Amino acid sequence: MGAIQNMSRRNFVKVIGLASGGLVIGCQFVSDKNEIVRIDDGTTFTPNLFVQLKKDGTLILLASRSEMGQGVRTSLTSVIADEMDADWNFVTVAQATGDSKFGNQNTDGSRSIRTIFEPMRKMGATARAILISAAAKKWNIASSACKTENHYVINTTSNEKLFYGDLVTDAMKIEVPTEVSLKEKKDFNYIGKQLKSVDLTDFTHGTAVYGIDARLPNMKFAAIARCPSTFGTVKSVDKTATLEITGVEQVVELERVKRPFGMMGGVAVIASNTWAAFQGKNNLEIVWNKGSNGRYDSEKYMQKITNRVHNKAKVVPPTKGNITTAFKEASSVIEATYQMPHLAHAPMEVPNALAWVYDGKCEIWAPVQAPQATKTEVASYLGIDEEHITIHVTFLGGGFGRKSKPDFVVEAVALSKKMNVPVQVVWTREDDIQNAYYHTTSAQYLKGALDKNGTVTGWLHRTAFPSIVSTFKPMSDYGAGFEFGQGFNNNQFDIEHMRFENAKAEAHVRIGWLRSVCHIYHSFGINSFVDELAAKAGKDPLQFNLDLIGKDKIRKEKSPFPLNTKRLKNVLKTAAKKANWGKKLPEGHGIGLAVHYSFYTYVASIVEVSVKNNKLKVQQIHTAVDCGMVVNKDTVTNQLEGAAIFGMSVALHGKITAKDGAIEQSNFHDYQMTRMSETPNIDVTIIESDEAPTGIGEPGVPPIAPAIANAIFNATGKRYRTFPLSEHGLV
Amino acid sequence: MKTLTINGKSHSIEAQDDMPLLWAIRDIIGLTGTKYGCGVSQCGACSVLLDGQVIRSCSIPVTYAEGKEIVTIEGQSDTLNYLREAWVDGNVPQCGYCQSGQLIAATALLDSNANPTEEDINNAMSGNICRCGTYPRIKKAIYKAIELKNK
Repeated sequence: MGAIQNMSRRNFVKVIGLASGGLVIGCQFVSDKNEIVRIDDGTTFTPNLFVQLKKDGTLILLASRSEMGQGVRTSLTSVIADEMDADWNFVTVAQATGDSKFGNQNTDGSRSIRTIFEPMRKMGATARAILISAAAKKWNIASSACKTENHYVINTTSNEKLFYGDLVTDAMKIEVPTEVSLKEKKDFNYIGKQLKSVDLTDFTHGTAVYGIDARLPNMKFAAIARCPSTFGTVKSVDKTATLEITGVEQVVELERVKRPFGMMGGVAVIASNTWAAFQGKNNLEIVWNKGSNGRYDSEKYMQKITNRVHNKAKVVPPTKGNITTAFKEASSVIEATYQMPHLAHAPMEVPNALAWVYDGKCEIWAPVQAPQATKTEVASYLGIDEEHITIHVTFLGGGFGRKSKPDFVVEAVALSKKMNVPVQVVWTREDDIQNAYYHTTSAQYLKGALDKNGTVTGWLHRTAFPSIVSTFKPMSDYGAGFEFGQGFNNNQFDIEHMRFENAKAEAHVRIGWLRSVCHIYHSFGINSFVDELAAKAGKDPLQFNLDLIGKDKIRKEKSPFPLNTKRLKNVLKTAAKKANWGKKLPEGHGIGLAVHYSFYTYVASIVEVSVKNNKLKVQQIHTAVDCGMVVNKDTVTNQLEGAAIFGMSVALHGKITAKDGAIEQSNFHDYQMTRMSETPNIDVTIIESDEAPTGIGEPGVPPIAPAIANAIFNATGKRYRTFPLSEHGLV
Repeated sequence: MKTLTINGKSHSIEAQDDMPLLWAIRDIIGLTGTKYGCGVSQCGACSVLLDGQVIRSCSIPVTYAEGKEIVTIEGQSDTLNYLREAWVDGNVPQCGYCQSGQLIAATALLDSNANPTEEDINNAMSGNICRCGTYPRIKKAIYKAIELKNK
């Protein structure tokens, strides 16, 4: 056992740490007595490893990213299993608790596969190399005379076989290799194939445990009334009616924690079941101090930021050429304004957390996208070291960015501390819609110049949106670089004169990231405006887009994955071919396209709609994606299908409004989602690629809404520049 | 004391009369496969079968379910099992949270209509929201389950 302990730490840091920025992780072998091999100094129990092999062959692989529907528990572990030549039937997946030992577990930004594909491959390859060494030693042959296949090491000379499980004891004595070789693409068993989710049995029998399903003996249930206007406070509370409700035990006031992910504060009702807590909350008579956001009126606010983008604003680099000259010399100039409202994430599982604070420790069961950020938040609240906090990451019933922000966990922790029992906080759907970290609202103004050939010579783009930074740093009234980088000042076009401007936009609600983030509105503005320019120039939108993207080139930029215009044009051409672009359409039908590069992935969508009696029906969506090497084809397809539905919700229904500081929507009747009856045929084409893998959770969303708007224009000649379409009577 | 029959098993519970069936099932009996999504019959996550009919358990008082056969996602039926097989075959779920309700709604559909048209499916399933957007796969899986059932 000694050898692996001493060598593993050093070597794993070397093998894996370098590739992934300091991961201290490795493979661990467990005897049938469940005796854990310790990997550091041999005195502490450190279950910080991704691979555990048991004598019966059971292979426990750890998923370090949260599962919220993107299939990450399957994709990440299949990468380890593939390099290990493991038999998938022996694999079970365990979920990593939020601990720095597992590396960064933050699950957002469509980056799990992009950032830890290589480290996970090395993890599997290292385990395989150790098993080979163990077998070679047993046979007294060179490792090079061995190969592996489906959970066995094979002696290539004698054709003898050794089962992985039978090598556990010997493998513990093998030093960790300093170098391992990775498979060639042609040898992959799982990567690039269509493995099904490892969790299907649980998903289809109701046995998958989400945060809201976590149970502990003697636990209490809590619901919290929060001020309708952001950061308002409790002036007075009458709890008489609440305390009369059967099951309600106590009413507790909570102070706001002034941190980005701190809780909002309010009045909590502690009860013996969720229903009593909900009812208790609804029966509270609270008078609120509405605070500085108490007059927020999102309609008036939209007018304000729209006026601002109609005037000169703060210049954002890069400026190219001289936009004034471009407009002066143009043979025609067009301009347009695009508006989008706030959105709420509305994951099907509402925010919730079960916390138990005891003996200076804290244990949490919660559906969190960022277990480590959660730990930091809880440590800060309790004033204890992070080592005393354990985060059990449950399944997430959807995340979409909402569950990156653990304010709901802090609430549960605060109440458990006050009550000295485990407490589960459950948000009602109304709470979820009315106290979210909203996707920002936005106004954009675009002005373009065309020469006599219909070539775009000038591009002015102004954007205004309350920034996500405002959640972290109050009074941040302008957009940040990372927000501009999401499809605004880095668009794919090579136009002679370009200018970007950002207008002021103060935040009056908590602004957060929602699946695809700023790409949603920037893609809407850009793809709509290019379609308008094509119409003005009298050109086919497909060819117009391809011309505007220009010749094949890899953009010079500080990025591990610089924009490759060839790949961008290829997804557009592929989608167009699948959609049979140019075909004759039935009466009342129209077709539209959008292409967008986000999270280093290239996506184009072509949408066919029909508009009859002013009623819209999305008929067909063809999406083509290039996300580099694909780990799991079916997961990619599923994500793109889901992104199309998500994008339809944005385009057709999504609207959160505020009046007198309070959100006007409350549940799915007034904050509608796409439903099955609205679902079109969705066809997804994945481009074969050997490039490094990039994100897939988000990139499918941005092209959908503008492609729908462009298709409606194609069908009716009417241009919709304000979403959602339900506001125009189309839905 | 109230008695509920869930998946063929009898449960005696203490619950106030107006408690929705959902919370009796989840918080008192402890079967957590049935989900809370909206509380107002808008999303279908809480769907269960009550004497074979699909109902939204978030909006039905527990007293209404007394003396009736309740089937939840933890239960068994031939139709439900065919649907499960089809769901697995089509790798339907993403986050999985709404799938209990989807499977229960589909069970009620196929139990009452052996060969539904696409419109029948849309009508039966449009009360169930899937925020991940697995509708195309759900629909395909329903067709597949019909095929399995008719074999």
